[in-house]
Amino acid sequence: MSWLAIFVLAAGAYALKALGVLVLGGRELPAPVARCVALLPAALLPALVAVQTLTTDDRWVLDARAAGVGAAIVAAWRRAPFPVVILLGAAVTAGVRALG
Amino acid sequence: MLGLAVGLFGISFGVLAVASGLTAAQACAMSLLVFTGASQFAVVGVIGSGGSTAAALGSALLLAARNAAYGLAMSDVIRGRLPTRLLGAQLVIDESTAMASAQRTPADRRRGFWLAGASVFVFWNLGTLLGALGGDAIGNPETYGLDAAFPAGFVALVVPHLAKFEGRVVAAAGVALALVLVPVAPVGVPVLAAALAVLLGLRHPGTAPADGQRAASA
Repeated sequence: MSWLAIFVLAAGAYALKALGVLVLGGRELPAPVARCVALLPAALLPALVAVQTLTTDDRWVLDARAAGVGAAIVAAWRRAPFPVVILLGAAVTAGVRALG
Repeated sequence: MLGLAVGLFGISFGVLAVASGLTAAQACAMSLLVFTGASQFAVVGVIGSGGSTAAALGSALLLAARNAAYGLAMSDVIRGRLPTRLLGAQLVIDESTAMASAQRTPADRRRGFWLAGASVFVFWNLGTLLGALGGDAIGNPETYGLDAAFPAGFVALVVPHLAKFEGRVVAAAGVALALVLVPVAPVGVPVLAAALAVLLGLRHPGTAPADGQRAASA
């Protein structure tokens, strides 16, 4: 892979990140738009969790990750501290994987 | 905590990058300049399996496109003079957005964003350097279940968003949309498309999703 390709990728990735930050720039938005923007993490992050947990490439997969993240969901629901939720997710996944 | 997992994945990125034919300097430059884990893994995956540079860049940028949506959500968190905002933009990733948006007050959101962004940046780059220089002493991070550490961490940070009805509706719709698209859409598109779920929020008036909720802390 060439250095040029790396710089093109870096420029593209940075442009995507900077787009939203600079376009809005913290200015006041019309109420409906502001509400949509505020809800973006609520839409994207659970979708990211689902894709990271239940899929591999373009397939649905049910494996050790589902057990680990399931345990994390229960822990988070019961207000367990952040590090506990992460450790539990990793430990249960590793355990199920070791058994399987 | 998440920093440790990030560092170990940085190591495996460094190892994979060198194995796929990149030099150690190129691997480190990518982690410094591109700084989007999923995109970087996609690049070395495509290159390593004999794919073209164009294909590698295409899937990497599709995966990076969700950062544009995060940038919109973080635009009121990353305030200040232009150089500050340009610097903050480089730190707009899954982890920093999740950490910031889980907090209750504007000050905590800012602190969460910069702390998470900076610590992921440091650990990701240190890990890449170690891995690229041949420090593959840890083996496969999946042995330790670390691939589940990221979704598990995001789960904890998503809880405050689910306190309100509109947050739950939007989250459920986003998950459904992404999962339905996984078999048919290119990698990166499903999570990006989940952003459309925010339109459902227009039907349910309410205040910001994180209001009145406990804040998670790193």
